[in-house]
Amino acid sequence: MSLTDTGTPHRRTGNPPTGAGRHRRGLTERLLAVRELSLLLALGALILVTTLRNDRFLSGQSVKDLLLGCAILVILAVGQTLVIVTRNVDLSVGSILGLVAFATGSLFLAAPGTPWPVAVLLGVALGAGCGAVNGGLIAVAKVPALVITLGTLYAFRGIDYYWASGRQINAADMPRSFLRLGNQTVLGVPLLFLAAVVVVAVVGYYLRSYRSGRELYAIGSEPAAARLSGIPVGRRVFAVFVANGALAGLAGVLYAARFGTLDAAAGTGLELQVVAAAVVGGVAIFGGSGSAYGAALGAVLLTTIGSSLAVLRIDPFWQQAVVGALILAAIGLDRLLALRMAARLRGRSAHGA
Amino acid sequence: MSPEAPGADNAPLLVLDGVTKSFGAVAALRGVHLALHPGEAHALVGENGAGKSTLVKTLAGAHTPDTGRMALDGRPLELRGPADARAAGIAVIYQEPTLFPDLSVAENIFMGRQPLRGLRRIDTTAMNRDAERLFERLGVRIDPTRPARGLSIADQQLVEIAKALSFDARILVMDEPTAALSGVEVERLFGVARSLCERGAAVLFISHRFDEVFDLCQRITVLRDGAWVSTDRTADLTVDEVVRRMVGRDVSSLYPKQDAPVRGTLLEVSGLSRAGVFSDVSFTVRGGEIVALAGLVGAGRSEVARAVFGVDRYDAGEVRVAGRPLPPGSPRRAIAAGLALVPEDRRQQGLVMELSVERNATLARRRALSRLGLLIGGAERAEAQRWTRRLQVKASRLTAPVGTLSGGNQQKVVLAKWLATEPRILIIDEPTRGIDVGTKAEVHRLLSELANEGLAILMISSELPEVLGMADRVLVMHEGRVVRELSRAEADETSVMLAATGQGATA
Repeated sequence: MSLTDTGTPHRRTGNPPTGAGRHRRGLTERLLAVRELSLLLALGALILVTTLRNDRFLSGQSVKDLLLGCAILVILAVGQTLVIVTRNVDLSVGSILGLVAFATGSLFLAAPGTPWPVAVLLGVALGAGCGAVNGGLIAVAKVPALVITLGTLYAFRGIDYYWASGRQINAADMPRSFLRLGNQTVLGVPLLFLAAVVVVAVVGYYLRSYRSGRELYAIGSEPAAARLSGIPVGRRVFAVFVANGALAGLAGVLYAARFGTLDAAAGTGLELQVVAAAVVGGVAIFGGSGSAYGAALGAVLLTTIGSSLAVLRIDPFWQQAVVGALILAAIGLDRLLALRMAARLRGRSAHGA
Repeated sequence: MSPEAPGADNAPLLVLDGVTKSFGAVAALRGVHLALHPGEAHALVGENGAGKSTLVKTLAGAHTPDTGRMALDGRPLELRGPADARAAGIAVIYQEPTLFPDLSVAENIFMGRQPLRGLRRIDTTAMNRDAERLFERLGVRIDPTRPARGLSIADQQLVEIAKALSFDARILVMDEPTAALSGVEVERLFGVARSLCERGAAVLFISHRFDEVFDLCQRITVLRDGAWVSTDRTADLTVDEVVRRMVGRDVSSLYPKQDAPVRGTLLEVSGLSRAGVFSDVSFTVRGGEIVALAGLVGAGRSEVARAVFGVDRYDAGEVRVAGRPLPPGSPRRAIAAGLALVPEDRRQQGLVMELSVERNATLARRRALSRLGLLIGGAERAEAQRWTRRLQVKASRLTAPVGTLSGGNQQKVVLAKWLATEPRILIIDEPTRGIDVGTKAEVHRLLSELANEGLAILMISSELPEVLGMADRVLVMHEGRVVRELSRAEADETSVMLAATGQGATA
């Protein structure tokens, strides 16, 4: 969750603290917190209901599987948040992940002795390169990111298929030290999940506390105004696609480490899950609002629904329907919050004149 | 004649010399001269489309001039982008506020310049405190932590002003900042501008309100059709003289409503009420008549208009068009019955900025112009041409996006759009807000002509001269009620203002 500031004296002005009194946060941030809290509640309720039906749902192995299962989606959703916040979207992340995963496998085939940090770095670099292609095309062609990344979705996947030409890479082709990344635990928590937590924390903190991070929101909120206030819009959007590509690259390497068996189809269709996770997590599809924490929670929620439906022995067909309902519910909630907010803000719009 | 002609007693801070800028075939600026002196407020006046906004954007670094040079402190100044202008100490308050609705007010003020603490992190506490101080200086109360979304236009404008103040700008450019402000707020803004001047800053002030121009500014530069006309000391000028230079001709009468034969009652509103907004509003408008709805901002005038047109619902009352009751809550039925509403905020409610002039002009008539559900390009164009020609819309071509037109021309397109529906009743909200003198007179002449042709016109206006000049009858609203009805003979500045402020006898 979001970081709370400590030790700052409370202000004399502003509204009286609501609830638990720890609020010296502004209205804008509080709205975000409400959104994230509602996700946590939904997640809690889901886990509670599932555990009541089947108490093995909260057993050590099951929780570990859950954390392992959501780590990659969390990383992708956080990257996607960077993009969506600027009023863009990147549909090519699934293909980037697939391409990088296969490239990682091929790297170990060609040079079995490669240390795993080098593999991670190369994977991230390849992902960033793909992201740069996206960002560059968007900057040059001045075509919406939706269209460009729809194109590169197929282009990257095509390269992947061409390269793989029907081959499959197996766990046996990769060094043990690398595969351990995919399932090792630290104090019972999978390493993969810790990596995701680090990504969430870094990106979340960056978006909240750094000038360039705030500028991403400004760009998504009102692009024309962003240009007039001297924000280098083109450069920032390009950087965002590179960063998202790099995170998709990281996810691709981790995917290779986790599953071991790789073909050209890895990660197919993942992009829509990623966008769904971000939207469920409260990232406004038209940009300007949402947080990495929310998107990560959205990804965890979607993954948990998947496994809890399995535990509850519900037909996998319903899983899709539930995800759909959840997206609609999330949008409905956002709308409701926005309306209530608007009503409150109107009330205080009258200023002393 | 050099731009510094009227006795250059101090060296200018910023000089523009022979600046030109064209967009395609349209020359927006043609050799403009401007010299801003430290400690002085300088007015820039001109009709809409005279090039004021282009000049502002050039100063802001958003447009690069095609030719000509700029100099700051005598040194050549080249602005490659808004960031350069900022670095040079030029702050711009735009006509249309440019805020980020999702971000907090404080962030809007300090975007890109937020106070930092360790590790280059944003110091939110300091930022909110600084924002509060700025608002204190302006004497207004806006919570810096609230999102900018939902701020009234006046508050948005105040945030823009706070933003400009936070720069400690050496040159403050204000593009019609007072359009949405109340009298007290305008006074405060002027106080801030004057104190900036005392500290050696230069202010460029763009406004259509001559009283404000003459009140604040020491010099006045007039632009016409993108070209520089004159720069003089305010003391050497009169309003009439400035207007003459702006339009390039004598304006005989600004408000030429002619007497038209009054026909039968077309619009009849009785007992219209909406809880908390307006109550028991009754009036009639006859063909050939212009009825003005006067009152202070917030008296409920626009809300009544929206309810009559069916955009908003009402709780009680009835609207009749030519004797037949109009069902509430359906703008489509209203249009079918012959009503047209030209809204106040043309940017948000009247026009689709990205669409072309012709598309916008025929937007309300899509149905009539289509065959089997398809829009026929030729029919659309012919219709658009007919009305844009009659209203003398200045556009490079009819396929240009409306967003590229000047404010006055945008207003004409909105009018064209609604007139194309051949309405019997025209409701027009603030017909000339933010429009220059020349276009104003054209709009007024047009309204008068329309009334002559038998249209019933309900005009909402906050400008008293407009109300007094144009209206056959004046309905004055105060806090959601019609408190007074005045005939043309009875209506004068005093009687309308007294009623609008809730004094004097009720109707």
